[in-house]
Amino acid sequence: MHLSLTSALAVFLLSLQAPVSAAEITPADVTEVAPGAFVRHGVHALIDKNNAGGIANIGFVIGSESIAVIDSGGSFLDGARLRAAIKQRSNLPIRYVINTHVHPDHIFGNAAFLQDTPIFIGHRNLPRAMQARGAHYLAANKLLMSAAAFEGTEVIPPSQTVESQSVIDLGERRLVLDAVKTAHTDADLTVLDESTGTLWTGDLLFQKHLPVVDGRLKGWLEVMDKLSALPVTRAVPGHGPVSLPWPEALEPQRAYLTKLAGDLRGLIAEGKTMRHASSIAGQSERDKWLLFEEFNTRNATAGFAELEWE
Amino acid sequence: MRALTLTSANMARRFLTSLALFAVASLPAGAAVAAEDIWPELKEDIFGDRPILDGQDWVQLEAPYRAHDAAVVPIDIAALRPQEKDRYIKSITLVIDENPAPVAAVFHLGKSIGLASLSTRVRVNAYSHIRAIAEANDGQLYMVSRFVKASGGCSAPAGKDPDEALASMGRMKLRQFPMSTKPAAPKVSTAVSGGMSELREAQIMIRHPNHSGLQMDQITRYFIPAHYVSDIEVRQGDEVILAVEGAISLSEDPSIRFHYVPNGSSQLNVVIEDTEDQVFTKSWDIQSASSGS
Repeated sequence: MHLSLTSALAVFLLSLQAPVSAAEITPADVTEVAPGAFVRHGVHALIDKNNAGGIANIGFVIGSESIAVIDSGGSFLDGARLRAAIKQRSNLPIRYVINTHVHPDHIFGNAAFLQDTPIFIGHRNLPRAMQARGAHYLAANKLLMSAAAFEGTEVIPPSQTVESQSVIDLGERRLVLDAVKTAHTDADLTVLDESTGTLWTGDLLFQKHLPVVDGRLKGWLEVMDKLSALPVTRAVPGHGPVSLPWPEALEPQRAYLTKLAGDLRGLIAEGKTMRHASSIAGQSERDKWLLFEEFNTRNATAGFAELEWE
Repeated sequence: MRALTLTSANMARRFLTSLALFAVASLPAGAAVAAEDIWPELKEDIFGDRPILDGQDWVQLEAPYRAHDAAVVPIDIAALRPQEKDRYIKSITLVIDENPAPVAAVFHLGKSIGLASLSTRVRVNAYSHIRAIAEANDGQLYMVSRFVKASGGCSAPAGKDPDEALASMGRMKLRQFPMSTKPAAPKVSTAVSGGMSELREAQIMIRHPNHSGLQMDQITRYFIPAHYVSDIEVRQGDEVILAVEGAISLSEDPSIRFHYVPNGSSQLNVVIEDTEDQVFTKSWDIQSASSGS
């Protein structure tokens, strides 16, 4: 474990700013999916001026001694709302903020928790992914949401990383963190709440909202096979209903990714160009998903670049 | 690489002494807003005061209207006339105005390329004009451009799997396409010179992270050096078909699709160099016209 210089700097920078005061924060609306496990449902939309980046499922788990946040939301305001929802329910310390991967809707609320001086935890590749993408995400998302929501948003890298597997204890409640191989992204982390049999998948699981490929299509399908064998009762997906039965919850996503890969392999064999293939692959799945138009071409583009090497 | 004056290495050196990580890190991405037309200044940097004419009779530039995946944006340059003996394109420069290093690549076309149609993949950081500037054999420049909208909030012009790209760095693949499945034929018809009927199409791919060098190491505060494919040369036998000067705007695992007219050689020979002076070479037997990869 090492506390990064960046975290220290971020604390300093934050102290110079004046984010929305706690009194004005509306607590996030959360659902208790298992005893002591709360999820804020993310709207199925792109980040825009109305949603403050609150498009992902984010939440927290309360133990007998401390609390872990699992993904902090899409903006400082989104994170502050989640924090307010925690404070309504418990005065235990927020000791951990876990980021399931690098995407801004999961990490941009981190700064709202700096005042709790938690340990920020992520996949071993998360610091590198934040370096490579953080500045771009800040610039791009600042334009998408309101200034009031974005103000105070910073990239806060993990102070502790998970090499393969780590366990944290919230007091009579163990969370098992697994760093998986490249799938949805190259820094995906799952969180298993053993005592309730609840698996927080981050964006390794989508439902309703079209899955987004920003890693490896084949790796993702393989990771899903491994996850499906876990003895859990429910999953909290990164996007979709706040609680889903396991492992059936994987089926729609598996069907989509399998179809997309099959289409792409066929188009590659026919010698189609990436631009042409990405406009065709996966289109038969259009009516089964929300935000299909926004993400299918992107998935087909990334999948083409990957599968062309087979 | 003289033409590529705006490389990340230069940017990195310029900013090395700064202490404020976030202030510095946000600079390259400041280009997320295409606030003003920077082309006049860019044009001066790249081509000096040479006049550039409308290129719509020479080439067509195809790109998605939106950079769906900022890290992998497919670009097709379709030649609208064949390479004729006394009238041909000798080079094509691909420019992405708003990228930190706007010159993505310069393609130098050999005599046996037959048709100046090329496909590649680039990174697109922001709403940006993308330009293909063709230089004819008489030195005249012709330009076509398209405007590409930036990707959404969770896409970034970074690698998908840097570990894998690094682990398999230098691995190459050549795809040879049978003519029967050639995509949308360019408008090459009666003007086709002798031998054009034998026009072939192939694609060279190389595993390489093509690191932009725009990332700062959090512990040392130094920029991680850029590490990218700087040169790709494809020959049939000894004859150069295509020589490419690459830069950081080319995607991870660079790929170039091109044409050539067979000269009787039995092999395609490829030499690729990167900015760390690594050289990767490989040869493939040229397949018969009817079989594909």
